[in-house]
Amino acid sequence: MTAPKIGVYICHCGSNIASMVDVEGVRDWAASELADKGVVVSRDYPFMCSSLGQELIENDIKEYGLERIVVGACSPHMHEKTFREASANAGLNPYLAELVSIREQVSWVHTDKVKATEKAKAIIAGGVYRVHEQVPLEPLIAPVNSATLIVGGGIAGITAALEIADAGYPVHIVEREPSIGGHMAQYDKTFPTLDCAACILTPKMVDAGAHPNITLHTWSEVVDVSGSVGDFKIRVKHKPRMVVEADCTGCGICIEKCPVQVIDTGFEAGIGYRKAIYTPFPQAVPKYPVLTPDDCTYFAKGTCKACEKFCPVDCIDFTQTDEFVELTVGNILLATGFQPFDARRIESFGYGRLPNVFTSMEFERMSNAAGPTGGKIVLRDGVTEPKSVTIIHCVGSRDKNTNEYCSAICCMQSLKFAHLVREHTGADVYECYIDMRTPGKGYDEFYNRILDEGTQFIRGRVAEVTDSLRYPEEEGHEGRLIVQVEDTLAGVKRRIPADMVILSTGLEPQPDATEVARMFGVGCSTNGFIIERHAKLAPVATMTDGVFAAGATLGPRDIPTSVSNGAAAAATILSRIAQGQIAMEPYRATVDAARCSGCRICNDLCPFSAITFDEAAMVTEINPKLCQGCGVCVAACPANAISGSGFSHDQIIAQIDGLLSYPGGGDGRPVEEAVGATA
Amino acid sequence: MASQYMYYPGCSMDGTGKAYHDSIQAVLPELNIGLAELDDWNCCGATEYMGISPLRSQALVGRNLALAEKQKNGTDTLVAPCSACYVNLARTDAYVRESAELAASVNDALGADGMSYTPGSVKVRHLLEIMIDDIGLEEVGNHVTRPLTGLKLAPYMGCLVSRPDYDDRWQHREHPHALDQLLLALGADVVEYSRRTDCCGGHMTQISPETGLELIRRLIVEAERVGAHALVTVCPMCQMNVDFYQREMNHHFRENHHMPILFFTQLMGLAYGMPAKKLGFGREIISARPALSHIGIEAPLTEEEEAQRAAEAKPVRRRRGDPALPTPAPREDEEELR
Amino acid sequence: MIPADSRLEACIQCGTCGGSCPSYADMDHTPRQIFALIRAGARDKVMDSNTPWMCVSCYLCAVRCPQQIHIPDVMYALKAKATQERRVPSHVAPDFSKTFVDYIHKYGRSFEVGLVAKHYLRHYVTRLPGMTTSGIGMVTKGRMGFRPHQIRGVAGLNAILDRASEIEQAKQRGLFEERPQSGGTH
Repeated sequence: MTAPKIGVYICHCGSNIASMVDVEGVRDWAASELADKGVVVSRDYPFMCSSLGQELIENDIKEYGLERIVVGACSPHMHEKTFREASANAGLNPYLAELVSIREQVSWVHTDKVKATEKAKAIIAGGVYRVHEQVPLEPLIAPVNSATLIVGGGIAGITAALEIADAGYPVHIVEREPSIGGHMAQYDKTFPTLDCAACILTPKMVDAGAHPNITLHTWSEVVDVSGSVGDFKIRVKHKPRMVVEADCTGCGICIEKCPVQVIDTGFEAGIGYRKAIYTPFPQAVPKYPVLTPDDCTYFAKGTCKACEKFCPVDCIDFTQTDEFVELTVGNILLATGFQPFDARRIESFGYGRLPNVFTSMEFERMSNAAGPTGGKIVLRDGVTEPKSVTIIHCVGSRDKNTNEYCSAICCMQSLKFAHLVREHTGADVYECYIDMRTPGKGYDEFYNRILDEGTQFIRGRVAEVTDSLRYPEEEGHEGRLIVQVEDTLAGVKRRIPADMVILSTGLEPQPDATEVARMFGVGCSTNGFIIERHAKLAPVATMTDGVFAAGATLGPRDIPTSVSNGAAAAATILSRIAQGQIAMEPYRATVDAARCSGCRICNDLCPFSAITFDEAAMVTEINPKLCQGCGVCVAACPANAISGSGFSHDQIIAQIDGLLSYPGGGDGRPVEEAVGATA
Repeated sequence: MASQYMYYPGCSMDGTGKAYHDSIQAVLPELNIGLAELDDWNCCGATEYMGISPLRSQALVGRNLALAEKQKNGTDTLVAPCSACYVNLARTDAYVRESAELAASVNDALGADGMSYTPGSVKVRHLLEIMIDDIGLEEVGNHVTRPLTGLKLAPYMGCLVSRPDYDDRWQHREHPHALDQLLLALGADVVEYSRRTDCCGGHMTQISPETGLELIRRLIVEAERVGAHALVTVCPMCQMNVDFYQREMNHHFRENHHMPILFFTQLMGLAYGMPAKKLGFGREIISARPALSHIGIEAPLTEEEEAQRAAEAKPVRRRRGDPALPTPAPREDEEELR
Repeated sequence: MIPADSRLEACIQCGTCGGSCPSYADMDHTPRQIFALIRAGARDKVMDSNTPWMCVSCYLCAVRCPQQIHIPDVMYALKAKATQERRVPSHVAPDFSKTFVDYIHKYGRSFEVGLVAKHYLRHYVTRLPGMTTSGIGMVTKGRMGFRPHQIRGVAGLNAILDRASEIEQAKQRGLFEERPQSGGTH
């Protein structure tokens, strides 16, 4: 077989590659040393991805009759599509173009230009050998179901739901709490404008609840996901409300009559009480209450049933159990939000040990007019107004012992707290911060406002909060707290007496974030937030086609960013729906029935349940509609009976041969060693 | 089932920490624990040698680890009753495990006397940890014949057991409750002592007395505030500072505190019905007699009383007309104590 | 040499260390300031500071430091450097360390009576009368051993320590030398 005509293109990527790889050297080397492998033209260019760079390739395809293209540039994640399209424009099947990475795998990770150049040559050789085995492929076309699943009914999820529903497409919101609204519903004021959270949120909640295109699944969880982009099958568990929604009028008599009060560790963040049958807050959507059997006297003792006795429409049903519904959707949006950092984990701040140490969420509820204290700011005794309050920043953030990242919202949240404390009580307020981070619109102006209001700022991370006084200097402060901090600007250690300490707790992923991510086939970073497809260019997409993410499930963010995320995700999803169908990479595994021994090793490995076993023929079969081309079965098959299109054995072996064909590193080391660093 | 460990007593066991020594010798056989003293051990360097020369300090400790590696006899655990010895031994082992370069240097030095140490081959542990994790609180409690009911103790663990915790053995580095649990198993009343891992002053009593005495005073004032009859320690250095320097502290601040500080093993022995004299009582400068006079016989709680106490401790339901906000649930291990 | 030596590059100057330090009152710079001075190349100010000598090794700063800097190890390294250069701000603390380790060299173990006697006679004669009662107590209660215990391997121990000194000198890596010395204002 004669070698196909191959064009090799080496990108400088500005100085990204050219500063660490001798691109001209690689170009010339490919032209001369790989000529017998079919390379007829080899070029370099400052930005291969530019339209001029693409034109270069297109012209060469026409002029030289190129049959294969190898581009040495960035990662295929970035520009594989660009070069495939360029090839297609010139009439070459796009899957005959191959992008090999000499940036992420070479120039960005090495410091020795000579060795890096040698490694780049080996990688180019691998690409050239590989394209010999490349075959033309056609993308797979799949129809897109116009329904969308949104997991999480906070502000990000609600925003996206309304955008999609208003465009005329069906949306399912699955929310595990009794009501949509998320954390925003717990807040009193929002920074920096101090407008009331409920006033701006509840209209949106009402819209979502009443929208003909939106179906709410509250007190519910997704338990299973299968299928793929355009055609996901979702199984949703409706937890028993013990209330028949069809009959309930939301009158609230059952709540009023319920004799049991338990600490509400959910909506009231542990500083208020709720009944055993409850709605988390008056404006809850939907209006139906939820009865929690663990708290209910009837479930514990078999008597009571006060709710049932007084219900005017007889809608209490103690026999309800889990119900499951199946949904089919084309796209999924994960908007599962965050959980506040558990402040008990920082022992020196004393939360859980010292009663008058409060967390952000506790303070949010306390300052809320609809909260447990009716908006009064008081100590744990429920009566005493504090005369001095210290707010501690970065609790569970910027701390390698807990979370290394900055939680982004806490500076502003703390400033808001300072304002609210001064407004409600006139107390002295101290804020202890490491760095003041106020980069949003109007945020630094808000900081200035709080400075003007007389809050005292101390640059220093608090060392400890204690109730153990020092004598004689702290005589008379018995019963108060002491906040011990180095004022780093003054260079002195201070012990500030305080009646109340507020810990500005950071944001963490939901406790089950990794399980949720696994269920939806998306990746999580080590700290548990979902990884976006591209941090800058695809910030609300994930690595899995058809699955998007918005809001604090991607990382700590405030309300404006969460709303933007939700809207951006909605726009992306609507674009998919409008296209009606989606072209998928034609990477699929196929079984060569003649070679399959029927060992079934691959059968249970498929993460997409695409593999079935034909008992009659005793061979394995793969459903191309479900297969995602991940390659697990290909690698597992002991008989080499499964092959992946686009990643066939021949292609991979050829690429390895190409890598190893390169005679050696510039310093005379064997190529295995020269390439070893990342190969 | 007898447990056998290698034992690194440390220099103060023979002197200032004699009461610790006495009580360890009395109590451990009762629990069926055998201690084989490391033959020809040398000083760990306390907090002083690291400030003279870090590498010499590692070599100094390295010699002890090398001896232990050689003298292993069915156990690789080396027990240190002194917190400073414990942290020094653990540090060297941790650092030679972390840095191959340091391990090579230490072994180079040890080679001068024909010795060597394989990083990680000896497990250094504090005596308290042996009691909690190996013997177990249940077993510790099983031997109690004279519960310490009525004796209010402030569990003072000091700094160097739970910190810096090179081997990640202690979940809580500032408010650990291991010592509380042990004292509760002995039937004692344990007060919530917020200065439980504060510094005892260390060598400040030698190099900057005013600060040293102030640190001692803080420990004592807080123990008095929460109504403790005595402090309980796991370290001879803490004991020495609070006990020996208490009079100087009183004199310095013109105050009159009387807060005895006892080794946890002394209290174990007492609860096991052993004679006080055998446990080193009487060796303290600040007498423990007033504290011990509190131990009377008190009837155990009835089931109803216990249930009532548990209900009071966990107010799940709101009391009518009570305006107080609910308190956050304490950390799980703290909850058990309440 | 010590694995954690150089982590102080990561310091964000938050002051958790100074705020936590029990001997803060005696320090002429907080640990945080020492790190800033080291980074600024202000060698003299660091070497003349008593801060490292006042460290009690309680490790509160180390477990609280949000950047997980091994602060006591830095203090140990600074003390050792000052000792080698015989440049100490006050002699009390260094003398105590020296007396302490001298006994180790001589006997292989600490010798409490000798240590206290020597140290107090040299630096705290005036404290001795106030401590007589307690001191006598220590003796009568059997807590003072008057005869030091010498280990059998004391010669071998000294050989080990001497060899360690040689290695240390050969590998000398300072806290200052490895930093660029530009922009200094000292």
